[in-house]
Amino acid sequence: MTATAETATESAPPKQRSLRYLRPLLGFVVPVALAVFWEIAVRNGWSNGRLVPPPSVIFRTFLELAETGELERHALATLWRVAVGFALGVVAGTIVGAITGYSLMSHRLIDPTLQALRSIPSIAWVPLFILWFGIFEASKVILIAVGVFFPVYLGVMGAVLSVDRKIVEVGRAFRLSGFGMVRRILLPAVLPAYVLSLRAGLGLGWMFVVAAEFLGASEGLGFLLIDGQQLGKPAQIVAAIVAFAILGKATDALLAWGAAPFLRWEDRFARQ
Amino acid sequence: MLVLDRVGKTYPNGVRALDGISLEVNLGEIVAVVGGSGCGKSTLLRAISGLDTPSQGRVVLDGDLITAPHEKIGIIFQEPRLLPWLTVAGNVGFGLEDRPKPERRERVAAGLERVGLSDKAKVWPRELSGGQAQRVAIARALVPRPEVLLLDEPFSALDAFTRTDLQDHLLTLWADAKPTLVMVTHDVEEAIVIADRILVMRPRPGRVYEEIVTDLPRPRDRQSAAFDFVKRRVMAALDRSLDRHVTTDEGRTTADEGAGNWW
Repeated sequence: MTATAETATESAPPKQRSLRYLRPLLGFVVPVALAVFWEIAVRNGWSNGRLVPPPSVIFRTFLELAETGELERHALATLWRVAVGFALGVVAGTIVGAITGYSLMSHRLIDPTLQALRSIPSIAWVPLFILWFGIFEASKVILIAVGVFFPVYLGVMGAVLSVDRKIVEVGRAFRLSGFGMVRRILLPAVLPAYVLSLRAGLGLGWMFVVAAEFLGASEGLGFLLIDGQQLGKPAQIVAAIVAFAILGKATDALLAWGAAPFLRWEDRFARQ
Repeated sequence: MLVLDRVGKTYPNGVRALDGISLEVNLGEIVAVVGGSGCGKSTLLRAISGLDTPSQGRVVLDGDLITAPHEKIGIIFQEPRLLPWLTVAGNVGFGLEDRPKPERRERVAAGLERVGLSDKAKVWPRELSGGQAQRVAIARALVPRPEVLLLDEPFSALDAFTRTDLQDHLLTLWADAKPTLVMVTHDVEEAIVIADRILVMRPRPGRVYEEIVTDLPRPRDRQSAAFDFVKRRVMAALDRSLDRHVTTDEGRTTADEGAGNWW
């Protein structure tokens, strides 16, 4: 397909532009072909599609969940947990990361403990969190916050540690110190790495919300997954997965979009 | 007046970078500091700027003891060190944060105009050439109207053509407000083009070895015989400062191992 596209562009330059915009669509070829194949297979009776529902059934289930308001209720519950857990994790990760990045003493004091805690698979905390914080929202939100905390902590600490001494010296030459130095030099300098760590944290937040909702939730997209498993409704499971994908991608895009105006100055390889 | 009173600097590892440097620089005077590598030129400049504090002696500007960066002192580094997240105009106005906005805007525009980069005001630093970036750095240092401007090998990273261009440009800018300039350089011609007075330093520990007054009419013609004469004097002083010649004040007869690369 690429080959034909290229020969076409060489012989007909005006076509080149439209073909270039179509190129990202190549990524859709494989999944769409698989979906169409499976749809045909089920319709022709080659498979009953009970355990692996065809796209049309998944789509119908998705629409039904949306029409009854079920999807909205579950999605909002999940979104709320992610938002609160993310906010907590980001605040904690930013503060602790900034402190350990800035002060060598607190780095030596705190960082080893945090690195040790980081190596614990966070799901292992679940039984303890349930004992400590109960089976309702608190334990779930805290589990998500723990998941978000570590990438943000590492990102902020690394970014603060790697701020260019020469740039800091420019700040000093202009008599900046304390808050002025943080606001006008350190903060902008760490921003690109910070945004990256926020996005990594958000990704982990979405991972952990599923784990949290597997453990006795009465609503949420994770609950839909478990519910679908227990009642033998694979289409509902896949519909919930699709909802997760859409929400995860949308929140990440929102974060990237919100940060973009502050990062236009970056001198990046990818920009060229 | 900028006064250095027996300034010395010993690093924590015991290296004596500077020893007993005394110097008086009048307002509006241009002093160039040349010398072999490791003779403490940059250390001296950092001590004057207040970025480092001397371990002996003191630096005094108009009666103020300098122990930290001072509002009357500006510095230009070897690299432009522009802040990449600010536009060119933002960088030039960096030292004017406390001024009202209209004044800041006006002075930034004037500063950019003076370095010939008015059309680049809204551009990011990454889009500038090396020479342009250094001009922005010069504007950034000059816009707060410092009384003393320190320059640490400001043009050494530029190509020869841009370098002579910026040397001339610096002198035009200097003529606006006539601040005191103290410039560290390893380029003898640059020192002679710019300075009223050239201090030749000698290393281990860094001391002032010889002081040469250029006393040439401005603008200075790099090709003139008088220029060449001063150049030879400075070169000879540099040679002596590194014991490169047969006769020195200490009567050494062998060449220093660093003689071949005094810069």
